[in-house]
Amino acid sequence: MINKMRTAQEAVAGIQDGMTVMVGGFLGTGTPEILIDALVEKGVKHLTVIANDGGLPASVTGTTDRGVAKLLSAGMIDHIIASHVGMNPIIGKGMNDGTLKCTLVPQGSLAEKIRAAGAGLGGVLTPTGVGTIIADGKETLTIDGREYLLELPLRADFALCRASICDKFGNFSCYKATKNFNHVMAMAADTVILGAEKVVEIGEVDVDTFTTAGVYVNYIVGGEQPWQI
Amino acid sequence: MADLKMRIAKRAAKEFKDGDIANLGIGLPTMVANCLPEGVTIVLHSENGFTGLLGAPEKGHEDVDVINSGGAYVTYAPYGNFFGSEESFSIIRGGHVDATVLGAMEVDEKGNIANWIIPGKMVAGMGGAMDLVVGARKVIVAMLHTQKGAHKILKECTLPLTAVGVVDMIITEMGVMEVTPEGIVLTELHPDYSLDDIKAATGCELIISPNLKPMEEE
Repeated sequence: MINKMRTAQEAVAGIQDGMTVMVGGFLGTGTPEILIDALVEKGVKHLTVIANDGGLPASVTGTTDRGVAKLLSAGMIDHIIASHVGMNPIIGKGMNDGTLKCTLVPQGSLAEKIRAAGAGLGGVLTPTGVGTIIADGKETLTIDGREYLLELPLRADFALCRASICDKFGNFSCYKATKNFNHVMAMAADTVILGAEKVVEIGEVDVDTFTTAGVYVNYIVGGEQPWQI
Repeated sequence: MADLKMRIAKRAAKEFKDGDIANLGIGLPTMVANCLPEGVTIVLHSENGFTGLLGAPEKGHEDVDVINSGGAYVTYAPYGNFFGSEESFSIIRGGHVDATVLGAMEVDEKGNIANWIIPGKMVAGMGGAMDLVVGARKVIVAMLHTQKGAHKILKECTLPLTAVGVVDMIITEMGVMEVTPEGIVLTELHPDYSLDDIKAATGCELIISPNLKPMEEE
């Protein structure tokens, strides 16, 4: 069987300046910190990052930056595509001084745009955003008398996802509220890296343990830790 | 002020029946969960990915995998269920949430709502708000009637919209209003105010229901 196990440094080695990277997690919960740390250490620039939010800055966690906030603090992002950026003041500051582009997408549409890319769909039709500035420049269709926006797929070069448990084939599950964007993002990138809290051998646990198919996963990095309060 | 917000929360809580699925916004709307009538248990949906949302854990008993959409550590009910964002918003848009209670910066007589962005001010992003008001079966705006005297209930919203024609009901400290195709109908008026008071505090015409009742505190 193909060996997908890597060190964090090996796994992120292919991420280059200017690439598009998806990062799982919701305000840091469900973000693979070991992969983010390795990417900061590698030090690429001009990334487009697709994530729910800008993570949590140290001023909010009381300890260190968390999740996407580490990439923002390191100045590695030119463009962030997210649904909520209010918790990290670096984004507002970057938008104001012109160093950071921010594209806001309604959270449900963000999930579906990503899922559409992963599922081979040409887009999704959603009622969300009709009649608002989100609809500017987008095609609309009326179906059974209701108006829908055509939201196009969103793909990435790399996805950094976090698993609570996975096997060495990459089948994985995310516990409780760490699921968020990890499943859809694993579907929608050319190269998918899993940062896992627990890695088991193939066949070691019941097959129903896993909710996401390992076929999406290219590299597995063990050693992800629970967040320390 | 706190008493007025509690009054609004208590009145909003009366809109629920046992077993309803609800999503409550941050702040005043969250207070609704603590004001439910005896015998009414509602299932709270947390848009970051679960149903069965409950209150904060005791300090030292936090589960770091369980946060609400504001990033705070929370607990969950035994009947709770966790899912990804794609399913969380399928639940919302698919009409599986009976009602959402949320605040607003502006609401108008067409049922339009603006509650996500003020041009020129720091941008937070809409998060799940746009999906929620479009998808929930009933949208209840629970807010103070004015912003320090400035009208919030208008003929037409001036701020960028969150959604078009979605608001069903507005509950303030002054009364209860329903959004209808004819306009905003006042159905309950709080005894502390006169019809002239509430009309003066409202930026559009109020249609007075023929069955106007007093807004009851309890």
